[in-house]
Amino acid sequence: MQRSFLAQNPSVIWFIAILALFTVVVTILSEVSGVGVISTSFIKTLGKTLCLCLVAITMDVVWGYCGILSLGHFAFFGIGGYAIGMWLMYARTELIVIESLAAQAIPSTAAEISDAIGNQIFGVVGSSEFPLIWTFADSLFLQLLMVILVPGLLALAFGWLAFRSRVTGVYLSILTQAMTLALALYLFQNDSGLRGNNGLSGLQNIPGYRDVPQATVSIIFFIASAIALGAGYVFFAWIVSGKMGNVIKGIRDNEARVWFLGYHVERYKLFVFTVTAVVAGIAGALYYPQAGIINPGEIAPIASIYLAVWVAIGGRGRLYGAAIGAAFVSLVSSWFTGGGAPNINLGFYTIQWTDWWLVLLGFSFVAVTLFFPKGIGGLFDLLMRKQS
Amino acid sequence: MSMLLEVSGVSVTFDGFRAINNLSINFAPAELRAIIGPNGAGKTTFMDIVTGKTKPDEGTVIWGDRNISLLGMSESQIAMEGIGRKFQKPTVFEAQTVRQNLAMALKNPRGPFVVLMHKKTKLNAARIEAVAEQIGLSDSLTRVAGELSHGQKQWLEIGMLLAQEPRLMLVDEPAAGMTPEEREKTTDILKEAAKTRAVVVVEHDMEFVRRLDCKVTVLHEGSVLAEGSLDHVTSNQTVIDVYLGRAHA
Repeated sequence: MQRSFLAQNPSVIWFIAILALFTVVVTILSEVSGVGVISTSFIKTLGKTLCLCLVAITMDVVWGYCGILSLGHFAFFGIGGYAIGMWLMYARTELIVIESLAAQAIPSTAAEISDAIGNQIFGVVGSSEFPLIWTFADSLFLQLLMVILVPGLLALAFGWLAFRSRVTGVYLSILTQAMTLALALYLFQNDSGLRGNNGLSGLQNIPGYRDVPQATVSIIFFIASAIALGAGYVFFAWIVSGKMGNVIKGIRDNEARVWFLGYHVERYKLFVFTVTAVVAGIAGALYYPQAGIINPGEIAPIASIYLAVWVAIGGRGRLYGAAIGAAFVSLVSSWFTGGGAPNINLGFYTIQWTDWWLVLLGFSFVAVTLFFPKGIGGLFDLLMRKQS
Repeated sequence: MSMLLEVSGVSVTFDGFRAINNLSINFAPAELRAIIGPNGAGKTTFMDIVTGKTKPDEGTVIWGDRNISLLGMSESQIAMEGIGRKFQKPTVFEAQTVRQNLAMALKNPRGPFVVLMHKKTKLNAARIEAVAEQIGLSDSLTRVAGELSHGQKQWLEIGMLLAQEPRLMLVDEPAAGMTPEEREKTTDILKEAAKTRAVVVVEHDMEFVRRLDCKVTVLHEGSVLAEGSLDHVTSNQTVIDVYLGRAHA
C-alpha cells in the first residue's frame, strides 16, 4: 500500500515533462541557438510567465489548499524583486562609477566612490545618502538571502499576529490587502529608501556581464525560471500530497474539526503562509531581472487580486490548474493590452481592447466562478472520465 | 474514586443571557453518561467549555490524574490531553477518503514538521483498519467521505474520535437522522467505547437514551436539574414539568 510519491502524483511527471520539453523547444528556437524564430523580448515574456506560474502555485497552496485567501502574495513577490534589484542596481552602478572615475588623474577615495554611487542611484529622489536598508546591497549573497528572509519574516510576523487572533475568511483577506496597500504606499514615498515611484531600473543588465548579449541573458533567466517552476511544483506537490496536505485541506474545509482533532491550526497556517511567501519572493527575484524594472505599482493590491483571479480561472486546489491559469490569463492579457487583438468596430462605438480587456477578464472571472468552479483544470477531469 | 473530569461552579454569559449557571458535573474514568434537557439548557455550551471553545466567566474545570485546569488551554491542547468531541451535525472531511479521515485522527504527534515528514506505516494502517472494523466501515476505507450516507458519516466521526484514543468522548446527538437499525449499532459502538473510557452523550431522543441504559443528567437553564437512572429522573416532577411535559405537549 506504500506507493511512491510519483505514482500518487501523476500530474508531477506530466508537468515536469511538458515544462522540460517547452524549455528545450524555446531554447532551440531562440536567437542564442541561431534559429531566432522567437525574439529575445518574447523569450523574456515567456520567462516572466513561468515566474508568474510559480507565484500562482504558491497562491493555490495558500488559498486553494489551505483556504486562506491571501491578497498579499504578490507583495512577497515584489519584495523578492526589490531585494535582488538592489544588488543589481548597486553593483552595476558601482562598476560604471569606478570606470568613469578611473580616468581621473587622482585616484578616488572609497568615500568619493560611495558618494558617486549614491548620487547616481538616489539622484532622482533628491538624495545621495545610502539608506540603512542598502547596507548589504554590495553583496550578492546577502541580497539573495534577503530574497528569502524578508518575505519569510514578514509573512511569519504578519501571519502570527493574524492567525493567533483567529481572524479568518474575508476579514483575513482584508487584513492581507491592508498589508499590501501599506507596503505599496510606503514604497511610493521618495524617502522610503527605494527610489519612490521610480522604483529600481536597469535590472536586465547583469553587473560584470556587459559583453554578454541580452539574447543570452534572457535565455539563462528563462531556463532558471523553468527550473525554479519545476522545483517549486515538485516541492508543493510533495507538501500537499502527504498527511500535511490532508491537514491543510481539512483546515480549508472545517477548521474547528481540525482544532478538536488536536492539531494546532494556527501553526499549520503559519507554516503554509510563510513557506509560500518565501517561494513567491524567489519567483519575484527571477521575474524582475527579466522585466528590467520594478516600481511600487507592481505591488499594489490589484496585482494580488489578479493572482487570485488567475488561480480561480485555472482551477483552485490543483497545482497545474494554477500554473495554467497564470500562463493563460497573463499571456492573453498581454495580447489584448499589447494591441494584439483587433479592435471591434460596432459602427456607433469601437471596442478598444486595451480599455475593455479588464471588463472581459472580469466577466470571465464571474463566469468561471458561477459555471466552472473547477476552472480550466476541471477540463482534465472531463478528459480523464472520457478515457475510463 | 477520583474523577476524570470535574466541572464545578461554572457560569458563562452571552450578551446578558446566562447559558451556563453555576454548573457542577463530574465524570468517572470509565462510564457512559447521557445528558438530556430542553433546547437552550446549555448542553452544547457545556461541551464548548470543556473542549476549550468557550471560556467561562467563573468556575473551574479540572482534568485527569494530575488535576490540571483545562481553562486557558487551546482546543488542540485539550484534544491532545485526551478529550474528543463529535459535533451535532456530522463533521467529517468530505473531500477526503475514509482512510485519510481516520489517519488524520489517529493518535500520533501533531506538530507541523512531524506531520510534514510523516510516513505511512504498517502499524498505523492496522490501527486504522481496527477502528474501521469497530464502526463498520472496513469496506469503505477508499471511499470519499462525502459519498457516505448520513449514518455512515456519523459513524466515521465517532471512529475519528476512537482513533484519537481519548479518555473522554463528548458525543453530540449521535443518533440524529438515523434509521432504527443504525441507532442500534450506534448504541453498541458507544457502549463498547465506554468500557475503557468516559463517554458523554448529549441526546434528545428518549428512546435512544433508554437503550444506552446509563446514568442520566438533566440540564435545565444552564445547571443540573436531576441526576440518576433514566427512570429516576423521568419520575422527577420538575423534570416532567420543564422538559418531558413540553416534549409531550
